[in-house]
Amino acid sequence: MTDSLALFLQVTVNGIAIGSIYALVALGIVLIYKATEVLNFAHGDLLVLSAFSAWALIAFAGLPFWLVLPLVAAGVAALAYGMDALIVRRIAGQPAFAGVMLTIALAFMLRGLVSMGFGTEAQTYPTPWSGQSLRLGGAAVSELSVVILAVVLVVTAGLWLFFTRTRLGVAMQAASQNQLAAYLNGVKVKRLNSLVWALAGATAAIAGVFMAPVSLVDTSLWLVTLKALAAIVLGGFGSLPGAFVGGLLIGLIEQYAGVYLPHGFKDIAAYLVLIAVLILRPRGLFGEAHGRRV
Amino acid sequence: MTQPLLELDKAALSFGGVRAIAGLSMQVHAGEVLAVIGPNGAGKTSMLNLVTRVFDATQGSIRFKGQEISRLPRQAIAHLGIARTFQNIELFETGTVLDNLLLGRHRFGAGAWWQQVLRTPALTRIEEQHRAKVEEVIEFLDLSPWRNSLVAGLPYGVRKVVELGRALATSPELLILDEPASGLNPEETRDLAFWIDDIRSDLGITVVMIEHDMALVSAVADRVICMAQGRVLATGTAAEVQAHPDVIAAYLGT
Amino acid sequence: MRFDYHTRYAQGFALLRHTRDRVGYGLLLAVLLAAPLVLSNYLLGELAYILILCIAAMGLMVLTGFTGQVSLGHAAFVAIGAYGHAWMLAQGVPFLLALPLAGVLAGLAGLVVGIPAIRVHGLYLAMVTLAFSIVVEQVIGLWRGVTGGFMGLPVETARVWGASLGSPTPFYYLCLAVAVLVLLALANLLRSGIGRAFAGVRDSEAAAYALGIGVARVKVGAFALSAGVTGLAGALMAHHLGYLTPDAFTLLLSLDLVLMVVIGGLGSLRGAILGAILISLLPKLVTFLKGFLPEAASRQFGLEIFVAGLVLALFVLFEPRGLNGRWLKLRALIETFPLYRRDTFRRQKSYMKTERNR
Repeated sequence: MTDSLALFLQVTVNGIAIGSIYALVALGIVLIYKATEVLNFAHGDLLVLSAFSAWALIAFAGLPFWLVLPLVAAGVAALAYGMDALIVRRIAGQPAFAGVMLTIALAFMLRGLVSMGFGTEAQTYPTPWSGQSLRLGGAAVSELSVVILAVVLVVTAGLWLFFTRTRLGVAMQAASQNQLAAYLNGVKVKRLNSLVWALAGATAAIAGVFMAPVSLVDTSLWLVTLKALAAIVLGGFGSLPGAFVGGLLIGLIEQYAGVYLPHGFKDIAAYLVLIAVLILRPRGLFGEAHGRRV
Repeated sequence: MTQPLLELDKAALSFGGVRAIAGLSMQVHAGEVLAVIGPNGAGKTSMLNLVTRVFDATQGSIRFKGQEISRLPRQAIAHLGIARTFQNIELFETGTVLDNLLLGRHRFGAGAWWQQVLRTPALTRIEEQHRAKVEEVIEFLDLSPWRNSLVAGLPYGVRKVVELGRALATSPELLILDEPASGLNPEETRDLAFWIDDIRSDLGITVVMIEHDMALVSAVADRVICMAQGRVLATGTAAEVQAHPDVIAAYLGT
Repeated sequence: MRFDYHTRYAQGFALLRHTRDRVGYGLLLAVLLAAPLVLSNYLLGELAYILILCIAAMGLMVLTGFTGQVSLGHAAFVAIGAYGHAWMLAQGVPFLLALPLAGVLAGLAGLVVGIPAIRVHGLYLAMVTLAFSIVVEQVIGLWRGVTGGFMGLPVETARVWGASLGSPTPFYYLCLAVAVLVLLALANLLRSGIGRAFAGVRDSEAAAYALGIGVARVKVGAFALSAGVTGLAGALMAHHLGYLTPDAFTLLLSLDLVLMVVIGGLGSLRGAILGAILISLLPKLVTFLKGFLPEAASRQFGLEIFVAGLVLALFVLFEPRGLNGRWLKLRALIETFPLYRRDTFRRQKSYMKTERNR
């Protein structure tokens, strides 16, 4: 295998590995958006909270990874449920801007609390797959990345089925389109929305717990929210498969940019993609086009 | 035969596979009050949206005073002297009645940007002129009690009148009303009938109204066009159209 | 109670309609002019910084508050104004020319951003501007030739006809002058035809089109104007900082500006100023609070960002009309006392309806 092909393969593998994390984060954000049309800017901070919590549980309480994952997921899901039930729910009916502002406010609050509670130093912790890698063709891929990708695939498929095939999922979609009508049809809108937040919180937790070993736990991890936004835009707003595909593509584009484009492009690749997609094809790959009757 | 004020010639409009308007040909003569009736989905509002360039006609031509307008940019229509109201009121919710009406004067210009920044005496005069014109509209529509009220808190009937006033403030030649009487009580509808009559007689404005209220149509309209499925079904006076068998079958019922 | 008794239309749309307003603002101006006589150099510098932020907030308010275009990336225009100004000074352009030119440069950037940006709405526009801000931050860091990259760019002291404006008092007066001029210019603009067009585009594009308003032109114009004013603030900021590095213009600055505009109250210049004052004083407030907290909680700036988030959340939930809304309610209370009705400003309960079909 030639060197350049081996390099390409390695970069592709890395891209998919990091892309699957972006996909998982994007999924969580799309979930909430589909149900409540609120764009959750605090999602990345839920991820950071999960990562730090996992670190604290592993490093100080000595709990094994297998136990920490569901614990943190449940905890953050409960927190997300609370966030919606107590705070975000109150701005239902106001324009989208209010939701953006409120989630930005929550993001700030979470970030502040995490900084104060866990300190500012970057941390990491071991997982059952740390340090082990497979060879795929000419590329080395860490077992952890494979596991992450598998988890993301399962979560995406599960969520998509949930929204399209189950009554609860359809009810959620109805509530997002016309809340009053959904109420009148007996849909328990408030509880449903909080459940969606809990679900999204769980996905953020899973992403956070798995991501930390990949790239150090640090408050700046919240920036992954922005990458996830680029993924959602690319995949098409409101589309779960779109979020998945978008995440992988953004991961790939970043890695390719880092290797094949001049220095500095890697950091802004995701944002350039976001800008380009919104200007040229706002509905992304799988999104729907919307119009309005006057 | 003088040329019609507004003419649609075999206009067609499709949304993907849905044909909202198919081969629509109709004329509006200066100085008349024309009512357009028909079942929901007949294409009445689509026709209005075609004329005001919200949508592009897929076929056919639309002429206003002989000039082809089917390819003009959307904001050019008001400058020609065509004004419209909306089926679901589209007021500027954060403003007062006065703010809404003043915006109706936009097409007459409000001074150069530097005049606005420096607030020159010339600009103050322009603003006063606009305010004077708007006061005429307020007077005409009895909106004086509501002049400085925020539109957001006003009763529905008053909001409809403000919407009408805003369209009148543009000093149009042709005024197209989209269901002006929907949601109005009988007293308000009666006021509306008088106003439409005055608009035609005193202000010399041609009125096209899309309406479902047959009593209002009979009282005010000179001519009625009934549309169904995107094309004209019948034309004539109110009595003629109401007696037309196709119209009865498609819309009025027995 | 106060009744308006106007005999001319011009009285109705005057900026200061009542004697009480005229006296009040006159006093405020007098106090601000006299400030250097009483305040220390340090406080004067802080006040100058607040004035700079007021200008930037007013710039953003034009776009977001008055025209309804969300921008989460205005730090980019601050940066363009700052770096542009510093670069021009370094090339020998006289200060009195470089300052407005920096604003024009930022305005042109706003034009360039605005033309594609108006094709997207609401949430999408927020994200495009966000991404733009990050890209600009990176580009500044990489474009070493012009901006000095991550090493930074020193800013020459402002000189007007030989006299230096570097010391606190002249700089303060410079900032005050620019702030007052910008405020008056924008206030005049916003109560005239252009301002009405902004509001029209914000509230109902369909109606705006139907009234002959060129919606696209208005939006792009708002972008350019907003960017230009913010760029002007950036140029003044360059002097305040003395040395420019990309990390003075991060996403956090963009979000700070948005906080100012939202907390201040969308749709009012007074709101922009009140918001700027509150947000710039927030760090001081937090430092003050830290004195009362146990050692662990006062660690680094986690508290500051938490408080900023808390304040924003409280305003969004309980006072969506912002500080300006509070001011108006207070004024209504005083004006109509004792006949003030408690539910005068009660908000209607509203249900969520999808905005995807706007």
